[in-house]
Amino acid sequence: MSNTKILLNGIIKENPIFVLLLGMCPTLGTTSSAINGLGMGLATTFVLLCSNMAISSVKNLIPDQVRIPGYVVIIASFVTILQMCMEAFVPALYASLGLFIPLIVVNCIVLGRAEAFAAKNGIFSSGLDGLGMGLGFTFALTLLGAVRELLGTGKLFGLEIFPESFGALIFVLAPGAFIALGYLIALVNKLRKA
Amino acid sequence: MKKLKSTLPNMLLSLTGICLVAGAALAGVNEITTAPIAKSKAATLQAAIKMVTPAFDNNPTTDRYKGVTSEGDSLVIYPAMKDGKLVGVAVESNTKKGFSGEIQVMVGLDTEGTLINYSVLKHSETPGLGSKMEEWFHQDKNKQSVLGRSLSTSALQVGKDGGDVDAITAATISSRAFLDAINRAYSAYSGSKDWDGTTGATAQETKKGDKQ
Repeated sequence: MSNTKILLNGIIKENPIFVLLLGMCPTLGTTSSAINGLGMGLATTFVLLCSNMAISSVKNLIPDQVRIPGYVVIIASFVTILQMCMEAFVPALYASLGLFIPLIVVNCIVLGRAEAFAAKNGIFSSGLDGLGMGLGFTFALTLLGAVRELLGTGKLFGLEIFPESFGALIFVLAPGAFIALGYLIALVNKLRKA
Repeated sequence: MKKLKSTLPNMLLSLTGICLVAGAALAGVNEITTAPIAKSKAATLQAAIKMVTPAFDNNPTTDRYKGVTSEGDSLVIYPAMKDGKLVGVAVESNTKKGFSGEIQVMVGLDTEGTLINYSVLKHSETPGLGSKMEEWFHQDKNKQSVLGRSLSTSALQVGKDGGDVDAITAATISSRAFLDAINRAYSAYSGSKDWDGTTGATAQETKKGDKQ
């Protein structure tokens, strides 16, 4: 596979949310607004990029039988580093996303890509794969966040598009997340087949 | 390089090595970020105190003391002094009656027990509903605003519980919890044991308890 193909694979062909349906918990939990979705997506991208490259570089030093605990320790370390850095340098973003950052550890995309890609490929292509998957995740989360924010509160990235009283409250809550996600997946599948 | 075989010494060495490196990296990052985290927390606290109290010339953080609420626990109180005279206090109040987790509010009171201003420090209420409390109770619309209300006569309650504060639409539990935090702040400041600090949230709990 060429480098561009690896990168695009995560964004379109195997988009973690719309195609693989991995990592639903943070997807539904954090996308009540577009900016939260974007922040969560970028945080996950950082972890995916770092963990994919780290795991790919030490893959031969980890015996097969203990690879999962090894991967989890590596991923958890990157998440904790990210959390501490966010709290120290971007407290505003940390205040709105803080609760969900530790959840990246158990996000199955991160471990899934480590197992499916990084454990078999070189450092550079693993990094590209992490970046592509992360951007695909970010794109999906931002889109879902934007749809829910617009339908639920009449705003987009905090800018008022139509008055809030016309918004359907349900889209801000969990059921709206499922409904919006279902329709988005249907739409993306239709577009992919066309 | 060939992949390591899954023998016991290999597995032990490999995992020990990973944990050592991870531990060292975390310790290093912790070392770097401790100071900025403490600084940004202190700055947030300072900004919140400044927002909710009248102009002061002392250092409320060093003069802070603890006040006991009617429920028996204590809250940190930051006194605001001007020319050596007490002009108001900022109470770092909290409540566990929120919809999801603890709510922390900095509550500013003048010496008479009138609410000057408040600032929500921490909460994890539902985004778009309970999370509106920062703006909602500031807005001077209908009976939403809690600013300028006197707490010395009676506790604040939402309309549903017979009070005169409009709750956030579709977030009565969060509103109750928010008012509970405000009432607790006054209770800690006044320190009076006989003051009736019963709020809607407490009453609800008692009712639930009766049924069981």
